Amino acid sequence: MKPVRVLTMSILTGLAVLMCAPVAFLFAGVIMDSGELRVRLGPVLLENQKGFASWSLLPQSPSLSHLVELLLDSPEFFHMFWNSVAVVAGILLGQLLVGAAAAWGFARYRFPFRGALFTLYLILMLMPFQVTMLSSYLALDRMGLIDTLWAVILPGAFSTFPVFIMYRFFRAIPEAIIESARLDARNAFQIFWYIGIPLGSAGIVSAMVLGFLESWNLIEQPMAFLKDKSLWPLSLYLPSIGLGNAGPAFAGALLALVPALLVFLSGRDYLEQGIVASAVKE
Amino acid sequence: MRRRIKGERWTGLLFLLPSLVGVLAFVLIPFLDVIRRSFLSAVTEEWVGLKSYRDVLENPAFRLACWNTLRFSAVCLPALLGLSLFVGVVLQEKSRLGDGLKTAFLFPMAIPVASIALVWRVLFDKQGVINGILHSLGLSAIDWMGSSMAFWVLVGSYLWKNLGYDVVLWLAGLSGISTAIYEAARIDGAGEWTIFRRITLPCLMPTLFTVSVLSILNSFKVFREAYLVAGDYPHRSMYLLQHIFNNWFRDLSFDRMAAGAVMTAIVILCLIGLLRKGFDRE
Repeated sequence: MKPVRVLTMSILTGLAVLMCAPVAFLFAGVIMDSGELRVRLGPVLLENQKGFASWSLLPQSPSLSHLVELLLDSPEFFHMFWNSVAVVAGILLGQLLVGAAAAWGFARYRFPFRGALFTLYLILMLMPFQVTMLSSYLALDRMGLIDTLWAVILPGAFSTFPVFIMYRFFRAIPEAIIESARLDARNAFQIFWYIGIPLGSAGIVSAMVLGFLESWNLIEQPMAFLKDKSLWPLSLYLPSIGLGNAGPAFAGALLALVPALLVFLSGRDYLEQGIVASAVKE
Repeated sequence: MRRRIKGERWTGLLFLLPSLVGVLAFVLIPFLDVIRRSFLSAVTEEWVGLKSYRDVLENPAFRLACWNTLRFSAVCLPALLGLSLFVGVVLQEKSRLGDGLKTAFLFPMAIPVASIALVWRVLFDKQGVINGILHSLGLSAIDWMGSSMAFWVLVGSYLWKNLGYDVVLWLAGLSGISTAIYEAARIDGAGEWTIFRRITLPCLMPTLFTVSVLSILNSFKVFREAYLVAGDYPHRSMYLLQHIFNNWFRDLSFDRMAAGAVMTAIVILCLIGLLRKGFDRE
């Protein structure tokens, strides 16, 4: 390797370590025992304690007691965890059923208003929550869904973002395959089911991975549409544990990270494909 | 390529239908209602013309939020685009280390904000770990969250979270450049810098548009970090549009929310116009 490349790769490695460091920090907090946490975080926690907080990535006497405590003694944590699971499952299922069909329609058919509808979907995909917040609220309120998990699930399920991801992959299926399938298939739905879904599966998984990371992390939506705290997902509930309860707070943060981490590690290639597909070109 | 078969004129629309019904019910029709409400008084529902728009534009909190959002984009966008392009160009040459680094850069995207907010609070507290390190180096402590430094913490969080996403987009753009052009240039004796400036950069122009628009849109999501670290009323330097929308929502000032949403939508529509123009150049 050339010296310049050695240098740039070292800089990037340093940057990568720095970027992943917060997770090591978090992990150390989980296995640190209460006494050490109190001492180290004292200056942050107590009003009139002078000095600064300190940290160590290698706690003096590592223990799993906080994790055990959280898993065994805090029913509300489980409750919120299941809220999160229900929200994510609902959103992903909706995106799968409704979004995949829509993507197939856009990718393989011409129909009246196709161009206009496609532009509309593109615009909606790019609109941030600030724009749709009030309109979603008005719709959900009229349907009597405010303060139910549906208020978070339904707008997410009809998100047009996954439509675009899957669109790109459905579009890449060679026309010849579809043509030959037309001869065997009884109807258009069979072509979608037996050809589209299997051959576009990479796109579907990509959309699901991105959708999972997004919906596991919802903050604004539950904050606006769920006043009843017992319905909150983990992403909104966790911060309310607070540093006063540092041990359980760190343990909760880790447990919220684990599903996302698993999805990330097992779906990394799909995540990359999905990101590339999000750069929509028509 | 797409031959239209008789009777298939509406098939595509049929696939789209379930999704379209949801989009109409949860987004589009309620948004028309939002546009209507933006001209009405929130309490009496009387026609007040552009009054809400004037109120919003004259509202100091809204101006502050707009200014912060603008400033945030002006700082983050060049920084993120530059940094991610650098990383992308370095990682373009495939290697196992490079592959690992890419995963490391993508990793923050998967970390739930709720998990990391705790770490941020311990790090950036007035008496937190970072100030402890500064202190031990003989430097004076900084009030990260209680001064205009809060803005820079937010900038850092955004770069941290979005670097990997943009690197993947750049890499996709880079892989589209044919190696033959590079080889030809090398044979002609062009240096690495010349090649970068004369070949790589011009070929990446279409990618640049995509990356910038997606980065701007991701910048609207930085509210999550701001909210979880600093709550409803953060330091004024990190007071964002979503904060003011949440305040309006709590006060039930739907007229202002409606006007604010319409204006935000218009600004974003203009951005999308820019994106489209970028696509057309391809």
